Amino acid sequence: MSDEPKSGFTRRDLVRGAIVGAVVAGVAPRSAPAEPSAVGPGAVPLELNINGQVHHLTVEPRVVLADALRDRLGLTGTKVVCGRGACGACTVLVDGQASCSCLMLAHEVRGKRITTIEGLTRDGAPAAIQAAFVASDAMQCGFCTPGMVMSCEALLARNPRPSREEIRDAVAGNLCRCGTYPHVFEAVEQAAGLRPAHAAGEPPERIATSLPGGALRLTSDDRVDDALAALPGAEEGLA
Amino acid sequence: MSDNDVRLGFNGHFEEKKMELATGDPPPYDPSRKFRLLGTRVPRLDGRAKATGEARYSIDVLLPGMLYGRILRSPHAAAKVVEVDLAAARKMPGVRAALAIAEPGGVVRFAGQEIAALAAETPEQAEDALRAIRVQYAPRPFVVDPVAARKADAPLVFEGEAQTRTSAGDAPGGAAPLPRQGNVQGPRATSKGDVEEGFRKAHAVVEGTYVTQVQTHSALETHGLVARWEGEELTVWASTQGIFSVRDELAQSLSVPASKVRVHCDYMGGGFGAKFGARVEGVTAARLAREAGAPVKLFLDRKEEQLATGNRPAAIQWIKAGATRDGKLTALHVVVHGSGGTNGNTGTTAPAKNVYACDNIKTEEYDVFTNAGPSTAMRAPGHPQGAFVLESAMDELAARIGMDPLEFRMKNDPSEIRREEFRIGAERIGWASRDARRTTSDPAVRRGVGMAAALWYNTGRPGPKATVKIHRDGSADVEHGVQDLGTGSRTMVAIVAAEELGLPLERISVRIGDTALPPGPASGGSTTTPSSAPTIRAAAYQARLAVADRVARQWKVAPEQVVWSEGVFSAKADAGKRLAWPEACALLPAEGVAATAARAENHPEGWKRFTAGAQFAEVEVDTETGHVRVRRVVAVHDCGLVINALTTESQIQGGVLQGISYALYEDRVLDRQTGRMVNPNVEQYKILGARDVPQIETIVLPVYDGVNNTHSVGIGEPSTVPTAAAIANAVSHAIGARITKLPITPEAVLEAVDRARGGAA
Repeated sequence: MSDEPKSGFTRRDLVRGAIVGAVVAGVAPRSAPAEPSAVGPGAVPLELNINGQVHHLTVEPRVVLADALRDRLGLTGTKVVCGRGACGACTVLVDGQASCSCLMLAHEVRGKRITTIEGLTRDGAPAAIQAAFVASDAMQCGFCTPGMVMSCEALLARNPRPSREEIRDAVAGNLCRCGTYPHVFEAVEQAAGLRPAHAAGEPPERIATSLPGGALRLTSDDRVDDALAALPGAEEGLA
Repeated sequence: MSDNDVRLGFNGHFEEKKMELATGDPPPYDPSRKFRLLGTRVPRLDGRAKATGEARYSIDVLLPGMLYGRILRSPHAAAKVVEVDLAAARKMPGVRAALAIAEPGGVVRFAGQEIAALAAETPEQAEDALRAIRVQYAPRPFVVDPVAARKADAPLVFEGEAQTRTSAGDAPGGAAPLPRQGNVQGPRATSKGDVEEGFRKAHAVVEGTYVTQVQTHSALETHGLVARWEGEELTVWASTQGIFSVRDELAQSLSVPASKVRVHCDYMGGGFGAKFGARVEGVTAARLAREAGAPVKLFLDRKEEQLATGNRPAAIQWIKAGATRDGKLTALHVVVHGSGGTNGNTGTTAPAKNVYACDNIKTEEYDVFTNAGPSTAMRAPGHPQGAFVLESAMDELAARIGMDPLEFRMKNDPSEIRREEFRIGAERIGWASRDARRTTSDPAVRRGVGMAAALWYNTGRPGPKATVKIHRDGSADVEHGVQDLGTGSRTMVAIVAAEELGLPLERISVRIGDTALPPGPASGGSTTTPSSAPTIRAAAYQARLAVADRVARQWKVAPEQVVWSEGVFSAKADAGKRLAWPEACALLPAEGVAATAARAENHPEGWKRFTAGAQFAEVEVDTETGHVRVRRVVAVHDCGLVINALTTESQIQGGVLQGISYALYEDRVLDRQTGRMVNPNVEQYKILGARDVPQIETIVLPVYDGVNNTHSVGIGEPSTVPTAAAIANAVSHAIGARITKLPITPEAVLEAVDRARGGAA
């Protein structure tokens, strides 16, 4: 590590976008106040408690937790997409709270319990929420998935039977470009025991109605039927 | 070659055909066939790796001694580069390589264009060193607004010949050079019949101008790659839709044989059309790695991704359409001024030309160059824009002749598949009661229902190869150099092989994402599945024949005497001779048997040319705030024969959600004073989120078209084509005024509401 001058850097620059993060709706406050013993400009040794293990590393004060996890510790399950708290891809649990690791300096989380996506797996077995994500296909490219899973895990820890609206709120700060949200909602409900898991390899006919014209309805969300039944005129067969 | 009888079509519309089959290619599945796996809901094989964070994306690759690359970009929208001085940057701590991308005298045409690059030992050192690069520019006048760019005195984006190709791997642009005046290139024109005559025959004629914005791909994993040289051999891990096109561009740009370049892509975080080539950043990473003698990771940050990696071009589309009072379209005339920044090929008229039957159609497409980041292919290039203008005009015409918009479309749609989709979708959305549902309990909130058609192509292509190897223990390996964009390609490969071999999925190992494997298709144009699936099936079919051959030798009968059914080989002439798969495979030599198959040509006798889709949307519009909420979408699509019902549902939902996002939120905003993008991020560049998700009903119509041996058709693009058009029609239905501009912002809604009330606009 070098000791080049860092003049011109302020902490505000380093956590640029923090304001943005704070206004993302549905995301709990994500940064704790820095300890008064904040470190200076050169690389400094640091001890982090991650997934129940203590890791020793030496990083510059400006390095954010997300980069420390990914580049220094090889915990690349945590993703960085926007770098400013707007997308939730870097979500980890800090003392149980879903937090954007791109908005926190690595030095800021000393002494805190950090759980990353890798830490949800116990003895090689995925957590219930992870298994539900797989069964419900709550992913496409999968790049938002670790952050999405962490937000859902935090939700279920504080609210084991969330409503659909509460699930929406919990992942409102997690951006998915592929559009996996409907299956994410179903995965959370499945993990919470609010919806049966469909067996793998089940033919679509067994879940969905065959429609006139030989069409197959792939939709696994029965709320669609409720919506249809609620339409004015549904009872007269208009819907 | 052999002649086969095949049955093609869809429910109630089947016909017998004779089909010539290429040697080694199995006949297309018969519609009566029942499948074990194909068409069921199969959770993706790599789902666990993705949900646990174990999946190693290209951006996750960490190599010993790896450096971090960064690119310096022009802050000017137009300039001449006078000097690029790397001396100070090279002396910065940790810097191991630096190079100029722009040469003195080089022209900058958009803010964000690549100027220089360097690699350093840590990402922070690279960022610091970037600031030490000294560049002298001679700024020039620029224009970022497509309307201003068309004026005679506008600054010229290209002084000489327009150079629009940005990457050798990009989707091919318009081939023929077009005439250009100022910043306007074109037209690409087509004409059928006589539109003037068509308008004379019409009882109603509508005319309007529709404006659409620039949409950026915003894939979550940015563009980039990790490059490592070992002597003259280059290995890269790229985030790409085409590992082979990345390999070829690197080989060409670096003057090394393609055989010395190997590209990996195990997992990638989204492409949507913008990730075919190595591009500037990929070639730069390889150059930096060569100079430094160390591996280099160079991935863009979010801002760079927004500025320079492609987008869906903006369009100003004028349409004039005519119909008789009994609902027959008589003429369509569309003139488009598309704007893809420094890129051309911005046409949008494929829907107008191909969806509805009309004797007289004229289209003219112009490209308007601006000093903005170049467009590139984006999920169904041109189609969402073109569907918006066409379907808006269809609704306007229907209203003018006093006909229900659904009935009007049914009268003019030549596709029996889409007419069936219209019927299904109309029933599911409750079309018949749509007028009765316009009012809600809140007097300010109006409800509307709209619809639109999608058209796509049967675009699987020959070229790909696959190898299927059967082991003595009865398990199988499939090797196929395709990449999985998140569509579920890896799982699709396994399903097709398992179905053909009669094996459970667990007995199939799939290797993809590596140019050392037999070549797979690039993933664009919704061609991946219809290119790969028939290839995999042919290879598995041939591998199974190779096992049958061993069985024949064991039984001392001719190979054609051995038949296979439900996992058991038997002899035609001797009912006593039976061998189950495991016993048959035990006869194989130690190395097993392998078959490599190439994808056959598309069967010209195939049943259809276009892939049809229909979507219906229900919205609620607050006429006091202008806020639009999409409540429900019904998406009905022809997906050929579905290979995986679960991932197909995911992909259609994704197409719909991207369409809603395009319709209501997304908009790249450039500042006319500075020429810079003011929202190069993902919070001010607004993308749909969890709270904006409506109920989506996905319906597929199985169609056995026989174009390839699995009847497979891609669904990625058609699923996003009609969404924005259906929403715009739904909003117009709700408020009683035509929406002519995307995104449909609250401001645009209020302006339209005012117009409808005859108030001040």
